[in-house]
Amino acid sequence: MAPPSGPAGAPSTLGQGAGTRAGVGDSPLRPDGTLKVTGEFAYSSDMWHEDMLWGCTLRSPHAHAEIVSLDTGEALRQAGVYAVLTHDDLPAAVKNYGLEIPDTPVLAHGRVRHHGEPVALVAADHPETARRAAAKIKVEYRELPVVHDEESATAPDAPLLHPGRDDHHAGHVPHPNIVHRQPIVRGDAAAAAGRADVVVTGEYEVGMQDQAFLGPESGLAVPAEDGGVDLFVATQWLHSDLRQIAPVLGLPEEKVRMTLSGVGGAFGGREDLSMQIHACLLALATGKPVKIVYNRFESFFGHVHRHPAKLRYEHGATRDGKLTHMRCRIVLDGGAYASASPAVVGNAASLSVGPYVVDDVEIEALALYTNNPPCGAMRGFGAVQACFAYEAQMDKLAAELGMDPVELRQRNAMAQGAVLPTGQAVDSPAPVAELLRRVKARPMPPEAQWETVGGAPDVRALPGGLSNTTHGEGVVRGVGYAVGIKNVGFSEGFDDYSTARVRLEVVGGEPVALVHTAMAEVGQGGITVHAQIARTELGVTQVTIQPADTRVGSAGSTSASRQTYVTGGAVQHVCALVREKVLERGRERLGTHHPAWATAELLLEGGKVVTDGGEVLASLADVLGEEPVEAEDEWRHRPTEAFDLRTGQGFGHVQYSFAAHRAVVEVDTELGLVKVVELACAQDVGKAMNPQAVVGQIQGGTVQGLGLAVLEEIVVDPGAKVRNPSFTDYLIPTLLDTPTIPVDVLELADAHAPYGLRGAGEAPTLSSTPAVLAAVRAATGRALPRVPVRPEHIVDV
Amino acid sequence: MRVTFTVNGRRHEADDVWEGESLLYVLRERMGLPGSKNACEQGECGSCTVRLDGEPVCACLVAAGQAEGREVVTVEGLAAYARERDGTAGTGDLAPVQQAFLDAGAVQCGFCTPGLLVAADELIERTPEPSDADIREALSGNLCRCTGYEKIMDAVRLAAARSDAGGAREVV
Repeated sequence: MAPPSGPAGAPSTLGQGAGTRAGVGDSPLRPDGTLKVTGEFAYSSDMWHEDMLWGCTLRSPHAHAEIVSLDTGEALRQAGVYAVLTHDDLPAAVKNYGLEIPDTPVLAHGRVRHHGEPVALVAADHPETARRAAAKIKVEYRELPVVHDEESATAPDAPLLHPGRDDHHAGHVPHPNIVHRQPIVRGDAAAAAGRADVVVTGEYEVGMQDQAFLGPESGLAVPAEDGGVDLFVATQWLHSDLRQIAPVLGLPEEKVRMTLSGVGGAFGGREDLSMQIHACLLALATGKPVKIVYNRFESFFGHVHRHPAKLRYEHGATRDGKLTHMRCRIVLDGGAYASASPAVVGNAASLSVGPYVVDDVEIEALALYTNNPPCGAMRGFGAVQACFAYEAQMDKLAAELGMDPVELRQRNAMAQGAVLPTGQAVDSPAPVAELLRRVKARPMPPEAQWETVGGAPDVRALPGGLSNTTHGEGVVRGVGYAVGIKNVGFSEGFDDYSTARVRLEVVGGEPVALVHTAMAEVGQGGITVHAQIARTELGVTQVTIQPADTRVGSAGSTSASRQTYVTGGAVQHVCALVREKVLERGRERLGTHHPAWATAELLLEGGKVVTDGGEVLASLADVLGEEPVEAEDEWRHRPTEAFDLRTGQGFGHVQYSFAAHRAVVEVDTELGLVKVVELACAQDVGKAMNPQAVVGQIQGGTVQGLGLAVLEEIVVDPGAKVRNPSFTDYLIPTLLDTPTIPVDVLELADAHAPYGLRGAGEAPTLSSTPAVLAAVRAATGRALPRVPVRPEHIVDV
Repeated sequence: MRVTFTVNGRRHEADDVWEGESLLYVLRERMGLPGSKNACEQGECGSCTVRLDGEPVCACLVAAGQAEGREVVTVEGLAAYARERDGTAGTGDLAPVQQAFLDAGAVQCGFCTPGLLVAADELIERTPEPSDADIREALSGNLCRCTGYEKIMDAVRLAAARSDAGGAREVV
């Protein structure tokens, strides 16, 4: 691997590309937009191949059971069935996969550990044939007792999810059913507690949220003549998939060629593999292309969810509202397999104090192995759960002190230079107090918007909506505030790099840049931004984005708010390499034509080489001629380091992202129904690379936070079974549930990041939830320590 | 069984259709029209919204046989449908609502977009000047997970304003 590239893309002093249209800072239309509005954009579920078969997965109906016997005979005898595969049919010695810990069986081996675990696969000539054949596979289970919470999972005689663990966390966890545990100790919380005039404690709970991306897990595997396979799939990180897929297939990575298909949203839910290996196995077994498309029911079992969490917090403060200390314990339920649990623990622990300065802390975060559904990455992971709890605590503390909740937050708000509990100093702008000021200063939405001139109330503006449950009686308005902190990029020493390949050539007399990365465009608009960067850096109008595939090096994950920073940084860096090569060629070919080639600082602008004084030296077409210029390189942000396993100290994160919300809600206090009237956000994005797109990210993240506040939860019963795997029973916000979302974007540059930008995708998901809860508490006077809040929490039934 | 119906003004026929297949499946897998999307296949998300004899329906909840002899409009035919309806022949490749979704930034992952476009176009056809509450109500059966809906609201307002202003005229 290449050494770290140096100073992280500080803006060029020459103002490279300052005059470029549709460059950095503009909001050009999405390059995939037209295809998406005409229905021509090819999502992974739209793949089709002559003669293709349909794959289907048989999943466990039990949360924990031994597989006593498995008989595929009758299924195989069905007309139209081409293959039935079980664990015994796996072709290689490697039979498990996993993001960090390879603990997840491709197909269950003698035991199922959660409801919906894949047990067998069928390929048939029609999806219904495959489903019916799967139903004819005879599996005899012997049910085993489940562990479903901390008490049952960490009991001395608890059944172990993964006996004989040898992963790198196994040595330091206090119980084998704990995936990872991260304490952080800084200062002396016990002594500091003695200085507190007021102490508040609370126990909080966050339910299991689902990413609910709309494009189901799906893809097409096509067997190739060389014994390999071509896989077209929706994912967040092609190369991470590849690293996990190839060993299970017993193939070298170069024989598994992956191309990104259209991705219908992700939000963390596509970090883990779903149907990738299954489709490849069926394709290789049958010699035919195999398509797998989950329906929504299966999708709820086909990906990990947001960790449900139980959080215990204690905050102390002096009478004037300065925090003295904070103690917390965060227990995350990771379910049956590790997935991203270790990273979620790291985030929850290191960000558990929120965007506040507290010198004396005792923090513990851990993730459990249980028989509940596996949990892993979802937008804002670890930080979302903590933010809900610490923001509830701040309100509680403000009430105890008789202080305005925004003022209390501002008095303790971190700023640039503040030191986190991990000992890491925040070395870029941290405008926490300012973000709060901005949302607070906004005019309030008008009262009683359901009132119409002389007519009946418009119930669509009331809690309960078209159910027509109130005309305003019992409706109380509440206002709440929250602010949060999220890390950007992969943390704790991970080698977080991206690769870009850029080619500049003349097509039809005009210079065209070709940008090739393996970045997963999942809807966020990364490809729009890549084209903007190429225009700015190379001074061209025409940019072509190559499809993402594994023929170019890894671009890392479309996760952790990192893609604009890291793959964007790689595109910027490689464009600069291309620019140097272009200028070098210009000097060689045309240097004698004008002395400025040797003496002036040169820029690429408007398809020309110009001096910093604005004099045109040559057109790019003349410099390039028939020969393209191409460069490829890796680019990485500055390194981070692991947190100390005992003290939690360490330079663990590369960047932080901050957002604040003000929620205005109206609650029918008689029925417990909540209407969110407005959810205003202020966020610092460092540099709005594409102002329209970044506002879209903030609004989308805000509404996912609203969903967690009042609607969304995967209900898992004490037997660890999922009760609501459908959009009928798992509710995500509709247009009628969603308020107006005014957004205030700050641009305080981070000098370490390309263009000064700050990863933006996740922060708005954090503070949205606690702001809504604070508003509902203000309207009802209830403690409401759990999300999602339901009517029965607001009224006694 | 064989099913025959009109899609986007063209007669389509599919053979060997299993009776349990939905209109959505036949459009996507048998007629080469995958624009209508399969986000839930249970009538909850609206991503497969098409017009069936003018009525917006979830194609996943319509058995293919029920479409026999009827007229279906999908997102692939929306521009032509709008051109014919609005008498704006030759004014561009996109329906006003499609252009408005692009201009307003209402498209992120785009999986909800085809269904929303068909539903929003039908709303504006029926209610040329919808209030915000009208838009929210009419499109509340179309789930979007990316945008938070704000830019979808902007897009529908923009499309309505543009058609009100006579189609092609730019509205700021």
